[in-house]
Amino acid sequence: MFKSEPMSNTSALSATNAPYIEVNNLNLTIGGNQLLHDISVTSFTPGVTMVMGPNGAGKSLFLRCLHGLLIPTSGSIRLLNKPHEATTASQSMVFQKAVLLRRNVIKNLEFAAPNGTPPTEITELLAKVHLNGKELQPARLLSGGEQQRLALARSLLTKPRLLLLDEPTASLDPASVLIIERLISEATEQGVKCIFISHDLGQAKRLGADIIFLHQGRLAEHTDAETFFTSPQSREAKAYLNGEIVL
Amino acid sequence: MKLTKTMKSIGLAMVLPLASSLAIAESIVVQSTTSTKNSGLYDYILPKVKADTGLTVNVVAVGTGQAIKNAQRCDGDVLLVHAKASEEKFVNEGYGVKRSDLMYNDFVIVGPAADPAGVGGSNDVSKSLTTIASKQALFASRGDDSGTHKAELRLWKAAGTDPKAASGAWYRETGSGMGATLNAAVGMGAYAMTDRATWTKFGNKGDFKIQVEGDKRLFNQYGVILVNKDKCPSVKSEAGQKFIDWLLSDKGQNTIASYKVSGNQLFFPNAN
Amino acid sequence: MLGDAFTEAFTLIVSVNPELLEILWLSIQVSLTALFFSIALGLPIGTSLAITEFPGKKACVTILNSLMGLPPVVVGLLVYLLLSRSGPLGVLGLLYTPTAMVIAQVVLITPIIAALAYQVMDDLHREYRDLFQSLGIPLTKAVPTYLWDARYSLVTSVLAGFGRAISEVGAVIIVGGNIDHLTRVMTTAIALETSKGELAIALALGIILLTLALIVNAAVTTVRAFGLRNAYV
Repeated sequence: MFKSEPMSNTSALSATNAPYIEVNNLNLTIGGNQLLHDISVTSFTPGVTMVMGPNGAGKSLFLRCLHGLLIPTSGSIRLLNKPHEATTASQSMVFQKAVLLRRNVIKNLEFAAPNGTPPTEITELLAKVHLNGKELQPARLLSGGEQQRLALARSLLTKPRLLLLDEPTASLDPASVLIIERLISEATEQGVKCIFISHDLGQAKRLGADIIFLHQGRLAEHTDAETFFTSPQSREAKAYLNGEIVL
Repeated sequence: MKLTKTMKSIGLAMVLPLASSLAIAESIVVQSTTSTKNSGLYDYILPKVKADTGLTVNVVAVGTGQAIKNAQRCDGDVLLVHAKASEEKFVNEGYGVKRSDLMYNDFVIVGPAADPAGVGGSNDVSKSLTTIASKQALFASRGDDSGTHKAELRLWKAAGTDPKAASGAWYRETGSGMGATLNAAVGMGAYAMTDRATWTKFGNKGDFKIQVEGDKRLFNQYGVILVNKDKCPSVKSEAGQKFIDWLLSDKGQNTIASYKVSGNQLFFPNAN
Repeated sequence: MLGDAFTEAFTLIVSVNPELLEILWLSIQVSLTALFFSIALGLPIGTSLAITEFPGKKACVTILNSLMGLPPVVVGLLVYLLLSRSGPLGVLGLLYTPTAMVIAQVVLITPIIAALAYQVMDDLHREYRDLFQSLGIPLTKAVPTYLWDARYSLVTSVLAGFGRAISEVGAVIIVGGNIDHLTRVMTTAIALETSKGELAIALALGIILLTLALIVNAAVTTVRAFGLRNAYV
């Protein structure tokens, strides 16, 4: 019912006919429960694709399927106009709660850095996430915002072409949110495709080029950001945007 | 199978340094009883054995029953215990080469100073046991198939009493060594039968004293046997025989006789 | 009695009693050697159990956890039957040697180290699994990372194993035989002194053993406190 249409080429950001995201009839069943139902979505939009929806809509599961952490029960996924398997090396994911190794800041970065990464690159990245001077601090003693900034820096260090973010800024301090959003914008300017889960409408308006709205494991709506925020098509998205509790 | 293999490799890795250190001195394993060990006899004679023969004697002290079983499994070169019937059976079945009388001492019955059964000063062991049984006074038995335990059961039988019927009531079988049984007896104020040597050296007597002694039926004979190479090829026959020869020699017998604890001789040599 | 025991323990220590030193040293040697082999066996077992999925894994974990409670006497008996001259490994002539005691302790504490390592590694694996998959970390890099990041918790597991090894008597007295100057360790010496009714000496030895355990524990607590302070645990 809510099968998404290819984005209209009128979108300012749209510069290619090759889809960044191409998901067909994605189903996910775990332990006898069907959690994702027949999701098909195609996005030609570069920049940030926001994935939104109420809690339990299946956003994280959807993202995990895209990242290969979960294997769909059926359906097909193509990303960056390539077969799914071919993209895993060029993907990176930032988790909702930063997973940091039990060692200091710099060693956390070095752990993920590809061989031959010059130390200056790490230093520059640390400055970008405002963690310079904290190189030798135990990573897990950093504040929540600092931890998430470090996790993002670690992801960027792997030079992804596709960056997946699962509510990276939920309940972070505003300064950290600002730093993270800036870095994401910067990355998209350099051609990195981002898929970003957020509950924050302001954030979605600031970053989103198009919006995938999920509800109860189904795709409710996929439109460009402007349309989504001005005239949402689905009843669920309307209710969500009106601040109603969507069941 | 895999476990066996792993353990074997560990064993080999470990045995190399140990084997070299053991090879310096010839050593034998003697399966013996707690009574001889706890009395301090081995601490007294083994340095002399070492000086005279160069032998390192490793004593494993367990109950006589277990010592015999260990020797049957070939885990010893010499058997030195005190249960004549079992020892003769051991030889007759081919496990031992020859049994020799070595020494003797005697058993005594110890009990609390209060002497609840009123057997103190008696030299009639049958009568004393009957009295203990009829008064249902607590009695702690080894209950471990040891030489002392077998001797005790023989004495009960001679007294015409079956204490097993009261097991758990006034008759308490500890299933432990002599020392542990004495500790238990002192702890619960029970009579107990022990060899005199262990009792003399025992450090936790509390208010206990010897109540019954001097009956010839309390005689306690120790024997020594070389484990048979025919049954156990790993036995160090030559070294074992050297140790036995030393024990049975005049020097050995005199040494045993000269071992005293606070002026009391504990073992009386009687090799033929 | 307690007063006597403390006096006795104090006297034994300050007089640097050579026999006590020999027994104490053998205790430490045997248990440390056993610990070494148990870590070499238990750590890979626990780790591989934690990071791999296979049918029957749950059963394996249950068995491993049960083996933690192996009664030392049973282990002693099994090792005795294995090493006895008439047993399958009798030809090695290991019974009544320190090696036999090491083997018994290895059997006793390998499951403890493996089971505790499993718990530590399983927790860590649940936390790191997605990240490692996301970063495409190969197993050859993941395993050392798990070991390194679990180091402060693993120290505690290892200590538990050492504590069990050095304090148990049931297994080593059967396979070692408590032979003077050869296989007598602290616990079997305590058993012997108790059976001689020399309770004060037995207790004094117990106090010394306890002191050793206390020192080791304090060291580990210090190390662990450092780990906790840095959120490395």
